[in-house]
Amino acid sequence: MQLETLTWLIPLPPILAFGLIVLFFNRNNRLSHSIAVGAMLISWALAMIVFANAITTEHLGEHPIASSIPWLPIGETTLRIGVLIDPLGAVSLFFVAWTCLAIFIYSIGYHNFGKPRDPEDRAGLPPRAGGIDPMYARFFAFISLFAFGMLTLVLSDNLLLLFIGWEIMGLCSYLLIGFWYGKESARKAMIKAFITTRVGDVFMLLGLAYLYSATGTLNFREILFNEHVLEMLASTSSGFLGLSAAGLIGILLFFGTVGKSAQWPLHVWLPDAMEGPTPVSAMIHAATMVSAGVYLVVRFFPLLAAGWHHGEALTPTLTLVAFIGAFTALFAATIAVAQNDVKRVLAYSTISQLGYMVAAVGIGAYVAAAFHLITHAFFKALLFLGSGSVIHGMEHGVHHTHEHVDPQDMLNMGGLRNKMPVTFWTFLIGGFALSGFPLLTAGFWSKDEILADAFANGHLAVFIVLALAALLTAFYTMRQITLTFLGKPRTSAAEHAHESVWTMTFPLVVLAVFAVAAGWVGIPEDFPLLGGIIPNWFHEFLGGTLLEHPELIEFNPVPLLTSLVVALGGLFLGWQVYRDVKAGEPDPLERPLGSVYTLLKNKYYFDELYDLIFIRPAYWLAETFVSIWVDRGVIDGFLHAVGRASLRLGSFLRNAIDLPIVNGMADAFSQGVKRVGHGIRIIQTGRVQGYLILGTFFAGLLLAYFLLFQP
Amino acid sequence: MIPLSWYLILSAAIFCVGLFGVLARRNAVAILMGIELMLNAVNINLVAFWRYLSPTFIAGQVFVIIVFAVAASEAAVGLALIISIYRRRTSVAADDINLMKW
Amino acid sequence: MTGLQIAFIVAGVITLVAAVLVVLSRNLVHAALWLILALAGVAVLFVLLEAGFLAIVQVAVYIDAIAILIILTVMLTRHAMRVDLVQLNQNWLWAALSALILFGGLLILFNQIPGLNVEPAALEGVADTTLEALGQSLVDVNQFVIPFEIASVLLLAALIGAIFVARPPSRPANEGGEE
Repeated sequence: MQLETLTWLIPLPPILAFGLIVLFFNRNNRLSHSIAVGAMLISWALAMIVFANAITTEHLGEHPIASSIPWLPIGETTLRIGVLIDPLGAVSLFFVAWTCLAIFIYSIGYHNFGKPRDPEDRAGLPPRAGGIDPMYARFFAFISLFAFGMLTLVLSDNLLLLFIGWEIMGLCSYLLIGFWYGKESARKAMIKAFITTRVGDVFMLLGLAYLYSATGTLNFREILFNEHVLEMLASTSSGFLGLSAAGLIGILLFFGTVGKSAQWPLHVWLPDAMEGPTPVSAMIHAATMVSAGVYLVVRFFPLLAAGWHHGEALTPTLTLVAFIGAFTALFAATIAVAQNDVKRVLAYSTISQLGYMVAAVGIGAYVAAAFHLITHAFFKALLFLGSGSVIHGMEHGVHHTHEHVDPQDMLNMGGLRNKMPVTFWTFLIGGFALSGFPLLTAGFWSKDEILADAFANGHLAVFIVLALAALLTAFYTMRQITLTFLGKPRTSAAEHAHESVWTMTFPLVVLAVFAVAAGWVGIPEDFPLLGGIIPNWFHEFLGGTLLEHPELIEFNPVPLLTSLVVALGGLFLGWQVYRDVKAGEPDPLERPLGSVYTLLKNKYYFDELYDLIFIRPAYWLAETFVSIWVDRGVIDGFLHAVGRASLRLGSFLRNAIDLPIVNGMADAFSQGVKRVGHGIRIIQTGRVQGYLILGTFFAGLLLAYFLLFQP
Repeated sequence: MIPLSWYLILSAAIFCVGLFGVLARRNAVAILMGIELMLNAVNINLVAFWRYLSPTFIAGQVFVIIVFAVAASEAAVGLALIISIYRRRTSVAADDINLMKW
Repeated sequence: MTGLQIAFIVAGVITLVAAVLVVLSRNLVHAALWLILALAGVAVLFVLLEAGFLAIVQVAVYIDAIAILIILTVMLTRHAMRVDLVQLNQNWLWAALSALILFGGLLILFNQIPGLNVEPAALEGVADTTLEALGQSLVDVNQFVIPFEIASVLLLAALIGAIFVARPPSRPANEGGEE
């Protein structure tokens, strides 16, 4: 078959799986997961075929694999939708396919397939003692729908179809965060996630509308690969704050990313999203959905950078992007240091790393941003799946010992290295990748490239902030590994943990391989010693997406040294501080940092701030203002007043007009007739002679009249 | 010769006397007698007019014949009615026959 | 004063006085007898008007039939009326008044009509021809056969009606009366 047709087919198996499971196979767990995993396998296979073709095509950027169909006629034009595999699309497709497949397989073990159903488990709550999840099939239906959304987004060739995929993922995120809807915390979290990302989506939609009205199209190739359109957008003024049209559209679309990728200030939903099952956290909130935000800004980099050239001062749009990215990176890293829940740490870590990517886009490091996106997807998914494995082991321990400890709290763990070896080694690899452990991990190469780009182009503020964030990243990562796996078990639950089933550990191993090797495709050419052995394939390949091939950065030892120092130093510090934490002891940082620690632990009280500024007024508006004052008071009051007025008018008409006047007249008339009749009836004596006398009399009178007056 | 007006005056007088009898008598039979007087007065009138104004026009006498017939029949029926009422109420006073009052 | 006039005056006065006595008598039989006298007087007046046939008919129908009938009825209803009761009803004054007014009105009316003081014209033919003409007119199709026949039907109806109305009540009769 043609390559374009294969590309069209890639998103279809998951949506079919969703439909089949929802409509027919909801009761059958084995069939459901088989359909879901099978569909994902087919998509993965197709994706690999397309990817293989894509990377072997010369100049894919100029001749992408593209195909479109007319979809929605509007007036004289028709909106078209289609697929596009240019270099960015190809690499995105690669990581999405691998991570989704790994997570699908992991979910089989995570939701305890093969274990008997515990009769005390209820749908909507997590299984209490390791029985199979009562809503097993539903989970696979949802993640299939999600996979469809993500694949659609990555393959789309226009902003509208991208937005459709975006929203489908938003829906699935909502459904999956609240998968265990029996928990109130999950219900709250699902709404929080949806509403927060919605705020961003509104702005994105505005940007989409503006873009369409300014250019008449939403197709990526026509806007982003087109000199004339980009120049036109860069030179027209939008009339708002002195921004050009390109600048304003860029900012509006960027707000969508701020929401979806949980950047400050819309970061508040991602930590709460950890209420969902771990595969959900891994897939949606680490590897794919949040990456969609970064994918959007990377894709729209030409628009953001319209009218800007490397080496110039940043445009306002790019400044905003870089600022928010760098700020978020540092901000989230500081919070992660003080979190005790194993998934929370990873959530804030995700926010921080996404900040890295956004900052990279902001400073114009296009290739570095995309590179970090891909490597991060692999190792973050690995870390989350590993944490899920740890939690499963801890839950087993809790159940076994009947101890009531939180299986997710790291202070209750310890020494799991011996109990769960595979999990430990894969987690370690992932953690090192996250910290940027030199040479052997993918994270090093991508993070180093961002730092190098920042330094080389003179964005020193960004450079310093990102370096600090990297230090903290390494610190809290090692803190996490030390508390969880090293040392002695701090609770008996941790003592009784055991390794997870193969369906969970196998994907860990696969992802670990990528976490190590994925970085080696992007080694800069002039790197000391290692540069040049493997060509910098990634830069070459991805650079083709843009009109102008981005330049290679010259090698500079300063950023390299900086990243080595922060990575290794952070790891060492983390291990040092936390390796002797005993059971029952508080966090060693608590006393020295004092109130700062409390501030960090409470996430800078941002949730409380938003509650005060937005949530409470919204509730007040809804409950008091609209509901009571406007709805009941004004509207109902108006209706009641109309009702009462009508009633009064009616009763007035009835009692004052109808009864006395109308009825009265009729009654008076009839009464009058009756009285007159009563009075007159006496002339009816019944005696004929009387009548005759009267008749004669009148005849006489008549005669007299005619005689006398003779008319 | 007798002027016509004498006859007319006479018939008017008899008529009024008969009228008085009809209006003022209590006994029903007496009322009938009054009616007969009135009819006779009419007859006198008719014949007088025939004789004085159009003696060749025989319709005058025919009219009188018809009046005779009518008077006879009316007297018969009236008397039969009186007898029937007397049977029921044992009274023939016209005042007592007042069922059609209010 | 010619003899005709005297005859007229006598006959007229007798008729009038008899009529007055009819309406004023207390005794009904007396009233009936006075009625017969009045009827006879009218017959005489007919003769004076040279309507001989009509006079005979007057005598035959009125006196021989109707007056006898009245007398019979008086006798049949004798229980009801006693002689000493007042025979005039409560409105007799009004009745008298209206009768007088009517009479006065008629007189005034007569005064106003011109040409009522005429003398009678002479009769052309003999009385017999008048009679013959009368008889002819009653049966001639072009003349008065229809009123004649209708009068006959009327008489028949009256006859039947009178018989029906006056028939004795069917048994069981009220009060056991057998009138």
